Amino acid sequence: MSADVLLEVRNLRRYFPVLGGVFQRKLATVQAVDDISFSVRRGETLGIVGESGCGKSTTARLLIQLLAADSGTIAFAGKKVGTRGGIDVRDLRRQVQMVFQDSYSSLNPRCTIEDTIAYGPSVHGIPWASARQRAREILTKVGLDPALFAARYPHELSGGQRQRVNIARALALQPQLIILDEPVSALDKSVAAQVLNLLIDIKRDLALTYVFISHDLNVVQYISDRVLVMYLGKVVELGPVESIYGSPRHPYSRALLGSMPSMDPDRRRAQATLAGDPPSPINPPAGCRFHTRCAHAEACCVAVEPPLLADGDHHVACHMLAPGSGHSTALVAA
Amino acid sequence: MPVEDAIAARPIAEALERARAGAGYWTRVAERLLADRITMMVMGLLACVLVAVLAAPLVATHDPAAGSVLARLKSPGYQGHWLGTDEVGRDLWSRIVYGGRLSLLCGMAPVVLALLIGGGLGLLAGYRGGLANSLIMRSMDVLYAFPSILLAIAICGMLGSGLGNTILALTVTFIPPMVRITETITTQVRSFEFVEAARASGARPVSIIRFHILNNVLGPILVYATSLISISIILAAGLSFLGLGVTPPNAEWGLMLNNLRQAIWVNPLVAALPGAMIFITSMCFNLMSDGLRSAMDVRL
Repeated sequence: MSADVLLEVRNLRRYFPVLGGVFQRKLATVQAVDDISFSVRRGETLGIVGESGCGKSTTARLLIQLLAADSGTIAFAGKKVGTRGGIDVRDLRRQVQMVFQDSYSSLNPRCTIEDTIAYGPSVHGIPWASARQRAREILTKVGLDPALFAARYPHELSGGQRQRVNIARALALQPQLIILDEPVSALDKSVAAQVLNLLIDIKRDLALTYVFISHDLNVVQYISDRVLVMYLGKVVELGPVESIYGSPRHPYSRALLGSMPSMDPDRRRAQATLAGDPPSPINPPAGCRFHTRCAHAEACCVAVEPPLLADGDHHVACHMLAPGSGHSTALVAA
Repeated sequence: MPVEDAIAARPIAEALERARAGAGYWTRVAERLLADRITMMVMGLLACVLVAVLAAPLVATHDPAAGSVLARLKSPGYQGHWLGTDEVGRDLWSRIVYGGRLSLLCGMAPVVLALLIGGGLGLLAGYRGGLANSLIMRSMDVLYAFPSILLAIAICGMLGSGLGNTILALTVTFIPPMVRITETITTQVRSFEFVEAARASGARPVSIIRFHILNNVLGPILVYATSLISISIILAAGLSFLGLGVTPPNAEWGLMLNNLRQAIWVNPLVAALPGAMIFITSMCFNLMSDGLRSAMDVRL
């Protein structure tokens, strides 16, 4: 493990009850995030990919404690969140900020851009006048002229401009880590590219660390240093971007990356991509959660959940790669 | 070409100018209100009513309580009585001006009180959700089960007639709808990501409510409150009409309407005047709330 770990997540779990009936009884649980562990290194960009409903956004909200975890621990810069001697949630939220997907609903329609950005610092005790001053400086940093934009309302801005304001708001607290929850998914391609490049520039200038959540594989490849692949609330594969995109090892990652459109005919894959929707995270399949759609599924996949095993820097949760798992292609344990 | 360019560029330039000047939200609302002729007219009319009512001792031509048996139910213009006289020969103009004081008080006081109490409860229920929400909303549902006029009559009947009791009864009547409207809007606003973003920046609930919730909730509930004023005036008049509100010899429009109703065959014009005042005033409040609603919507 690398020495400089900024954020350490251990066995994080969050289930949502499905309530129903006259007395709002618990009918079932959605296992949105189930026992995931990973770390974010200082200065890197960790990409999180996966299909809709795999728990990406829940993970983001757990990281910044907008949702409370059912179990598991989060440690920021070595200090556990919410424990004695650790870091409290309010402090965490100054160090970790989030950029939301919907740039429209994430800006207060009744607040000017300047006030929206200045609000965060003012909450942490900075007087309004200097918070506004800081807001104007940050607006310049994200490529918006304060003289033109500071006094505007969100509805007077385009989607790309609004997302720049969202980024500015996250920067206003001078955080170390920014969680980007699908920051460019709602933007069209050319604007998305500008925003991505802005994010890269800002990261370099301010020595930031990113957790970048997206379902757009090209974007994740472009911006990430390491990639985490999620499936139904579980981590299935985690590794450096070249090794995940170059030689994915988990059947799900292979299928997911196989679905990626390519401009190069030689790189187009003949392999069948995924069919159908993922199973519901309400009562997900036992054993390996992917076995219902996996071409290589065997008895052991249905029975036992594969552990996330490390091979150098590359982690995979698949019985085919776990020695002694009982899968026909796996090595027999020594 | 240059001329056309200049024309095309002008609105943009003006908008930029405004943006630079940092025109605040309320400045923009005021700008739009000034451009809305009907609302301005209605507000002017209401201002006239308000001034006349507040300056009643100066505007009134006669003592509102002094009657004359010889001058009963006279038509407008009779011996210096601009609007005629009522069933005991009191000057109708003076009584309408004085009566407006109580009528407007009964119209506005319950709404303001309900706005403060109901709005507060609604914000709490909407922002906290969960148990607090259930407790507040279910107890409001109990009050909701009664039709508003029935509830007001029941409370007034229980407490006895009088100005204070009328205001109290109407306040209790208006709290449930006020809570419900505020709760609905608050719940809706709370679900937006900007509230999550505010929480993510470490803000405490009170600060979030003040900075992010209130400015989104205040517009709609103020508009709703304005529309309640007209209902309040009519309900207060109804209570007086039934003998549960203001007591004679005090002048109040509903009470005057009640007293003059038998005169409708003798002098219909005079008998209809207090009713006309109730109609015009509540109509003005309704139109004003419509105008405010469209002026306050920044996104239009």
